[in-house]
This record gives sequence, C-alpha cells and structure tokens, in this order.
Amino acid sequence: MDTGKELSPLPLAQECVCNSPSPAPDSRQTAATRGWNRRYFLVITLLAALWWALYSSTLPAATWLSYRVLDLGSNSHLGASVEFFFYDSAKILLLLVAMIYAIGWIRASMNVEQVRAYLLGKHRGIGYFLGSGFGAITPFCSCSSIPLFLGFTSARIPIGITMAFLITSPLINEIAVVLLWGLLGWKFTIIYVVVGLLAGILGGWFMDGIRAERWLQPFILETLARTPVMEQAGAETTGTRLSVRRRHEFAYSETVMIFKRVWKWVFIGVGVGAALHGFVPENWFAENLGAGQWWTVPVAVIIGIPLYSNVTGIVPVMQSLLVKGMPIGTTMAFCMSSVAASIPEFLLLRQIMTIRLQAAFIAYLWVIFTLVGWLLNAVGPYIR
Amino acid sequence: MHIKILGPGCARCNQTEELVRDVVQTRGSNITVEKVSDLKEMMILGVMATPAVVIDRVVKCSGRIPSKEEVVGWIDAG
Repeated sequence: MDTGKELSPLPLAQECVCNSPSPAPDSRQTAATRGWNRRYFLVITLLAALWWALYSSTLPAATWLSYRVLDLGSNSHLGASVEFFFYDSAKILLLLVAMIYAIGWIRASMNVEQVRAYLLGKHRGIGYFLGSGFGAITPFCSCSSIPLFLGFTSARIPIGITMAFLITSPLINEIAVVLLWGLLGWKFTIIYVVVGLLAGILGGWFMDGIRAERWLQPFILETLARTPVMEQAGAETTGTRLSVRRRHEFAYSETVMIFKRVWKWVFIGVGVGAALHGFVPENWFAENLGAGQWWTVPVAVIIGIPLYSNVTGIVPVMQSLLVKGMPIGTTMAFCMSSVAASIPEFLLLRQIMTIRLQAAFIAYLWVIFTLVGWLLNAVGPYIR
Repeated sequence: MHIKILGPGCARCNQTEELVRDVVQTRGSNITVEKVSDLKEMMILGVMATPAVVIDRVVKCSGRIPSKEEVVGWIDAG
C-alpha cells in the first residue's frame, strides 16, 4: 500500500495514493477478474433493462396509483397534483441514480491533481473555458476550495483560470442538471448551464484583466517567491488505468452517498411543484410585486449574494418563483447569485484574498448576474 | 514517526484526526500526531484537497476520510 513518494518542496506531479480509488495493476488480468467482469456486464445489462422498463412505466403507474388506488376524482386539482407528484418524483429519482452512477464511472479516474496538470500551460483563452468546464464536472466540498486554490496558484496557473474554476464549480453539477431538467425542462436547463459556464469564463477573463493576483494575501506571494517554479507535470498524472471492478466500486459508493444526501430535495422540489400546480394562482408575483422593472434584477442579486444555498436546494425555489410568475431573468439572477457566493464563503476566502480582491469579486458577480437577468428578462417571452 | 492531519477545520477533517488518534493509541509507540490548519504548510506540501494525512512528509491520502484499515496499514508499514 505504501506507494507514496517522497516529497520535493512543491511536488506538482505528486500523485496521492488514495485519491484515485487504488492503483490496481491491470496488466495481469486473472481469470477471476475476467469472470467478475463478465458477470458485472451481465448484471448491468439486466439492471439497465429493468431501469428502462421502470422509467417508461412511471406515467401509467402514477395515473393508476392516484386515480385507482387512492381513488381521487379524475378532474380534481388534488388528483392532478398527486399524479404529478408520483410521476415527477419517480422520474427524477430514476434519472438521478443512472446519472450519478454514470458520472461516477468517469470520475473514478479523475482527481484534482490531474485537472491541475491538464490546465497547466494552457493558453488563457482556452484556459478559462477549460477551467470553467472542469468546475462543472468535478465536485468538491466547499472546505476544499482554499487548498485547491492554493494548489492551482502554486503551480503558477493564472488566477483567472483558477477563478473560472471556482466560480462555475458550485453552480453546475450533474445533480443540478437532472433536477433542472426534471422540474423546469430542457430549455431552462441549457440556459442555466450556459450562464453558469459564461459567468466562470468571463470572471476568469476579468480577474486576469485587473491583475487580481496582486491582491492575494501576502503570505501566498511570499511562499510563491521562495519556491522554485515547478517543472511541467510529468507523465505520472496521466492517471492510473482502473479495472472495471474499481470503477464500479467507486461509482457505486458515489451513488449511494449522493443519493442519500439528495433524495429529500427531490421530494421537496416536486412537492412544491405539485402544490403550486393545482393551488397557487399564476402570476402571483406579477400582480403583487410588480414584475420586470429594471431595478428588480440588481436588487435581487444584492439580496442573493450574501444568502447561502447549494444548487440542489435552490432548484425548488427557482421552480416556485417561476411558477408564481417571477420573470425568468430575475429568478435566474437571484438564484444563481445565492449559489455562487455567500457570507460563509467570503469568510473562508478572506484567508487567501485581501479585501480589495473580495470587493472586486463581489462587484463582478453583481454586474454579471444583473446583466444576465436583464438579458433573460428581455428574451424570456420568446423562449417559453 | 510523525503524522500530520491537514485540514482547515471542517467536520471531515476532525473525523480524520479522531480516527488517526484512535489507531495510534492502540498501535504505536513513538508516534506523534499533529493537526495542521496552516494554509502555508498545505501549500508547501502540495495538498490540494482536505482532509489529508501526511506521514513523515509523504502524503498518504487527500480529499477523503481514510478507512481504519488503511491507517493501520500505513502505521505498520512505517
């Protein structure tokens, strides 16, 4: 098990022993492994068929449950809401399981060291795009964001690329995509993902433009000055080839872990949707708050930035705001700004950013989400 | 043997520290355990995901809580 290497002062290509599930030697595949693989693919095929059968029968099953078993009136509000609840929650839960497992399979061989090695030495323009894209597909817990920031910085990756990664990372992940798709439809999902990526890319460009690295906390700059520039990442970070079994084990544990955390949000989201479906009058916002005035967007963002929410929790909120008639731009601006930043996060980032950099960061988020909000409010009527 | 647990102080870092201390108590003599929350040190060690376990300047694990068997293995091997 002891494959960890001695550390040079700043080991760029250093690979963590257990970050990827295990460096299993793939070269001598035993008969046992082949047998396991064969059984695995057989079982997976069967499960996929079962999944498909379940998925395509969610609507008839929901109809049967609500109108036959529960015997609700076929034209009642309650009947429609209950049917919607059964149908949507079953559909989304099934999609989630399949999606998390598939992504876990891919993610098994990916780690932050590899992402860093890949980003290193990329041209800035492409770098913002890639940084933001990696932010979307790699998950990381918010308490890891600071070591990660430092790791990128000490590899001399431009701050813009790192910021692109940091901005997009909380905004987009596979769970958000499934929930948005299931609750709000594919158009909205695509808009959300595009906005999330753009916010990261433009943020990176902006941070490099103002030479934001000047405003990192002094200790970072000092440490950087005292350590040598590292050589390019070697072949070591190209990743270990993983056996099917390892990938399965990783993907399975991811699925269980994430599912346990997320399932309740699905029920809350669908429950809110179902309640609104039948009971709350449409255009409640438009009538009570006055929708679409230009100043509502920047105000919504200002309120959203200090609020803390993760992306899983915000989807039901978005859905209810939209259904009640808040314009799409205002909704998106409010919700994305509360996911992208929060007071707890600013306190964390304070350790590595000076107040100037934080002010620039907040100002950027305010401007970009306001612009997005205005734009979407303007085109909103045409995309529904 | 010197074991460092790196982490800014989130729940998972504390769990890792507890785990390592438990194992050390049953196993080792002459082992020191230290909790490190200094960012500069993480930067120098090149740790990018926490919690991380470093034994005698070798990063054994980062970005997750190790299993008890793993920790036992590292200590026995050292």
